[in-house]
Parts: sequence; C-alpha cells; structure tokens
Amino acid sequence: MARSVRKGPYVSDKLVRKVEDLSKSKKKKVIKTWARRSTITPEFVGHTFAVHNGNKFIPVFVSENMVGHKLGEFAPTRIFRGHPDKKKVV
Amino acid sequence: MARIAGVDLPRDKTVEYALPYIYGIGHSRSRQILAEAKVPLETPVRDLSEQQAVAIRTVIAEKHKVEGELRTEMNMNIKRLMDIGCYRGLRHRRGLPVHGQRTHTNARTRKGRKRGIGTRSK
Repeated sequence: MARSVRKGPYVSDKLVRKVEDLSKSKKKKVIKTWARRSTITPEFVGHTFAVHNGNKFIPVFVSENMVGHKLGEFAPTRIFRGHPDKKKVV
Repeated sequence: MARIAGVDLPRDKTVEYALPYIYGIGHSRSRQILAEAKVPLETPVRDLSEQQAVAIRTVIAEKHKVEGELRTEMNMNIKRLMDIGCYRGLRHRRGLPVHGQRTHTNARTRKGRKRGIGTRSK
C-alpha cells in the first residue's frame, strides 16, 4: 500500500542469507531476528523465525499466505491488558 | 421488470443511476458497464429492452464481482488476516481500527456506541 513497486520489496540481506543457508542444510532451526521491517518472501515459507518485539523473541512460523507481509506484523510490540481498575471516586 | 445480478430492481430511475443499487457497482462502474453494453445512459429502467438487459447482465457477469460473491471475497480477505495472526488481523478480531488511527478518542465507527464508565451525572 505504501512502498513504490519500482523499488521492490525490502528484505534484509542478512536474513536472506540465513534463510538460504538453512534451506540448503535441510535443517529446521529457528532464526532469531530483529529485522521486523523485512518483507516475507516465498523462500521464507516453512521456516520459523524468532521475531524481536522489543522485549522478547516471538516465534513465528511462516505459512504460505503470510508472504508479502512484514515479519514485524506477527510480533506485537504492545500488550493491552485492559484498563486499570479505577478506584471509586466519591 | 428488470432484475440484474440477483435481487435488484430499481424502477423509475435511469439505468445510469439504477445500477449503483447493486452492491459492488458505483456510479463510474455503472457508466463503464453501460458503455460496454451499448445501452444509452438515460434509458429509464422500465424501458429497458430484453436484449439490453441481457447485455448488461453479461457484462456484469464477465467483468465484475458483485453482491454475495463480492461480500464473500471481502470476508475471506479479512478472515485470512485473522488466521495468519498478523497485526491487522488482531485489530479486526478486537473490532478496533485497522489503519493506525488513534483510539484515545473517536474510532466510534469501529468500536460501536459509547460504553461509559460508571459515573454519569443523574
């Protein structure tokens, strides 16, 4: 919706390398990453990423229909636990 | 009686302004369709000939998703977002605005009518 098509999707180079290595080695390993702004490419499908949310790493298993979204979309940075209990005002 | 794309039959208006009664067809699309079906814009619906109606119907059937089909597609798109557990999906689930609007105030369309918290002066 925002980024110009001409530029192509942004994917962190390091992440691409890691994914390629992992695909070649045929192993299943979680890839720890801070690259929340990286677009999920078709090559990512089937891998699990641990996406940093500023506090913890959230495990994200990438499925087919996640392609085109960004990794950060799957690791929420805020938790809302409801409004605090207001003490009764007189 | 002109019945196009399911259950729609607005009568006394001209076709140009009658087609937008169909879900998924607005004014511009209405004009495009009529141009393609070679039906003059000003024809009142009640004067539509059978061939004209058929022409309009085929154009819509071929080129446009309308009514139920369109609604299903929209719901599928939303469902997809919810299923993959992405941020937009979460917002849909909670009935909050999806496109990053503020929720401190406003956002009443998504959140529904105001639910106050207790102290309302009598």
